[in-house]
Amino acid sequence: MNTTKQADAADVRQYLTFRLAQEEYGVSILRVQEIKGYSAVTPIPNAPPHVRGVMNLRGAVMPVLDLRLRFGLPQAETTKFTVIVVVNVANKIVGLVVDAVNDVLDCDAHSIEPCPSLGAGVDTSFLTGMAKQGERLVALLDLERVFGVEPALAA
Amino acid sequence: MTKTVLIVDDSVSMRQMVAFTLKQAGFQVLEGGNGKEALERLAGAKVDLIITDLNMPVMDGITFVREARAKPQNKFTPILLLTTESQESKKQEGKAAGATGWIVKPFNPEQLLKVVQKVAP
Amino acid sequence: MQIDLTPFRRAFLDESAEHVAALEEGLLRLESQPEDSELLSSIFRAAHSVKGGAGSFGFEDVARFTHSVENLLDRMRNGLVRVERSLVDLLLRANDVLKCLLEAARAKEYGQPAAAACDTRAIVAELQQRLGAPDGHAASAAPAAAGATASPKSTSLWRIEFAPHADFFRTGSDPLLLLRELAGLGRVASIEADLHAVPSWDAFEPEDCYLAWRIELESSATLAELNDVFLFSSDDARVQIQPGEAARADAPDTAVSTASVDAAPAVAHGAAQTPSGTQRRSGAESASIRVSVEKVDQLINVIGELVIAQSMVADVVNNFSPERVGQLREAVLAVERNTRDLQERVMAVRMVPIGSIFSRFPRIVRDLAAQLGKEVRLELEGEETELDKGVVEKISDPLTHLIRNSLDHGVEPPDERERCGKPREGVVRLRALTEGGSVFVEIADDGAGLNTERIRAKALEKGLMRPDDNWSQEQIHQLIFQPAFSTAAKVSDVSGRGVGMDVVKKNVESLGGAVAIHSTRGQGARFRIKLPLTLAILDGLSLSVGGQIFILPLVSIVESFRPRATALKTLLSGGEVALVRGQALPLLRAHRLLGIENAQTDPTKALLAIVESDGRRVALLVDELCGQSQVVIKNLDANFRRVEGVMGATIMGDGRVALILDVPGLIRLSEGTSSTLALA
Repeated sequence: MNTTKQADAADVRQYLTFRLAQEEYGVSILRVQEIKGYSAVTPIPNAPPHVRGVMNLRGAVMPVLDLRLRFGLPQAETTKFTVIVVVNVANKIVGLVVDAVNDVLDCDAHSIEPCPSLGAGVDTSFLTGMAKQGERLVALLDLERVFGVEPALAA
Repeated sequence: MTKTVLIVDDSVSMRQMVAFTLKQAGFQVLEGGNGKEALERLAGAKVDLIITDLNMPVMDGITFVREARAKPQNKFTPILLLTTESQESKKQEGKAAGATGWIVKPFNPEQLLKVVQKVAP
Repeated sequence: MQIDLTPFRRAFLDESAEHVAALEEGLLRLESQPEDSELLSSIFRAAHSVKGGAGSFGFEDVARFTHSVENLLDRMRNGLVRVERSLVDLLLRANDVLKCLLEAARAKEYGQPAAAACDTRAIVAELQQRLGAPDGHAASAAPAAAGATASPKSTSLWRIEFAPHADFFRTGSDPLLLLRELAGLGRVASIEADLHAVPSWDAFEPEDCYLAWRIELESSATLAELNDVFLFSSDDARVQIQPGEAARADAPDTAVSTASVDAAPAVAHGAAQTPSGTQRRSGAESASIRVSVEKVDQLINVIGELVIAQSMVADVVNNFSPERVGQLREAVLAVERNTRDLQERVMAVRMVPIGSIFSRFPRIVRDLAAQLGKEVRLELEGEETELDKGVVEKISDPLTHLIRNSLDHGVEPPDERERCGKPREGVVRLRALTEGGSVFVEIADDGAGLNTERIRAKALEKGLMRPDDNWSQEQIHQLIFQPAFSTAAKVSDVSGRGVGMDVVKKNVESLGGAVAIHSTRGQGARFRIKLPLTLAILDGLSLSVGGQIFILPLVSIVESFRPRATALKTLLSGGEVALVRGQALPLLRAHRLLGIENAQTDPTKALLAIVESDGRRVALLVDELCGQSQVVIKNLDANFRRVEGVMGATIMGDGRVALILDVPGLIRLSEGTSSTLALA
């Protein structure tokens, strides 16, 4: 893959990018455990709407959260592109339902800018910044913050 | 030729320690949790050395020494008692029953080997 | 040779914990059987084993302390000190200190902060006092060792006479070994065998020793070192050791190294004052489990069969032809059978006898009875009953509380008992038994029983029930498990502070169990705790609601049926009830509690599952029941959080997750008392 000099390598970060509605988001690749196709999810009684339910991840019971609903976007139909990104947050394994996975984005620290005020219904407090590559803008998620205020994961 | 030693003690940790030490020194080790078990072990095996605790349930060390010594194949087998400093009289009793010598508790592996060396080099 | 003693040290600590428990149990029995010499011997052995091991494994403080205890026990064993209650008291307290020392040692061993410093000083002083003067042989042995240090260090010529007795061989001794050992200490200048004692051949006993030797040894060894060679032979041989031409010394005493053991007051070293230590330690304790070799062997056997069955499957699949379907089916059946067998046996590994916690109660009862001025006998039964290790550990506190409760509130003071025509001594029975997949633990006393009227009055006062409530006695009794419910006339030190009984119930329920009370005024009360055999597996009934599958614990289901319209009533309050055998049970609609659409809402086309919790019955409306199965319980909160009405999840045969319903939680949901509801 990337064969930049070591000094630079330390500054290069990798993000898995995915799509929610029209926006592109990224999470640090270090947090991603795997990507699964969408499969049977068992609903949890009286859970908030963005908690889709739980599913079996090789014998472990993993909660599945719908990021669209978490961010106040309208729910989408499940398509063949719908996937579950399995991430580690606060020592728990959580599945995130996203519209589609794009690719892995390499970007160095300077190309990450602080969040502009987007206004467009997206709560920017979940973001660590925006990665800019030419015309492309990727909103980088701060998983701790996404779930730090997530009552569903409060122990 | 590998020598075989029978270790008799109701304390598992003690037995393990003695067994481990002697295995390191090249002995083959048999174990018994009390005198009765030890006699059963002796029934089918030829041993070159016996090390036994004194205070054990079911059959105590002195009785065991007496019975073991009475068996023809153990007539000249060295038998060491595991004893404590407060059991001076027990040493005499043990000798009378046929014990060869004793190891005073507490002991460390080095001390154990030294005494074993003395009776079964 | 360098030998790492760590694993043996740890094994010793585990073992010592058992010895300490045995000591306690033995001492308690000793009180009623002071003449039982076998019992005294076993108590002595336990202390002796701890002391012997402690010294060898480097726990000097433990060894030193236990030595004092052992000394006293030795005297008791030999009839020099009489067994009496105050003595048993002292020994029990000493055992507590020993426990403390061992826990400190364990904490240190595992690199954890110790709970507290153990005060050995006072107890050692008391033990000394019981012993009278410090015991003699430590002093008498000391002078013999002194001679050794005086011996010259430079090489000198030693004259040694060694004359084994005739029966020398009979103790397994060998003169040759001793001569070799001597030779190893220096240079043998001369050796001469004395053949005088050899008899004529007709009197010759082949197993006797007739030889004696005179040796001149040039050696730098000390007298003590030379004596050491003949350490074991002092009784079986005449040994004389003289330095050069010097004057004859007395026949050497084979000195035994003797430490002065009685004097030093032991202070636990490594006992830092960190109060948090206790909890940390209990974590370390539960981390390991002792498994009998037999259970492991069974496991290996099953695995062996499983491997065979698997290879049969592989063979059929790899060389498949349609006519081999029958073989395949058979092979798969074998795999299934072996897997189930394996599951059971693995579970059995976690099973431990409940006796491990029963053993602590005689002491608790004894101390508490004394404190309360009551006479109580504790009877134990079914100690061998096996339970999951996790359950056993967690049931200990609730049991302790119930037993304290029985002593405090159940058993009457002796005089009062006499007035009621009962024996002065009350009986508390602790009993465990297995019955139909569950384990029952009963705490029964022959005391006053629960005061139903007083409980009712209190409940009315606290608004827990209404005057027109027509509750059964059992229902009223269950109120004592309500938080902050206490009817004790005066708040005692022991119980009756209104904390505890609710915790008892909560703890038992968190284990998937239940507590029932059976009480007869004037005759006594019986608390019956029902526990699952294991925490990991549950007998469940799968049911569907709106197309979703749920599991209901089988233990909570009483019966199920399709109700007739006439059996259903809607109350003015809007609540629904189902009439079951003349009893009106609250009707709980599962689809409503669980927020599920598309469920069957007409009860006469659905099913009612009558479920029970805390002696309360409710009718749960579900679409249909699908069948019974054993499920492996997975925690929801491992990756998510606790969900009211749900005790966990399981993974079904098709790989999907099914939730396991929690009946008490569902009832709470229906009453709107759940915190989750408020949050949503």
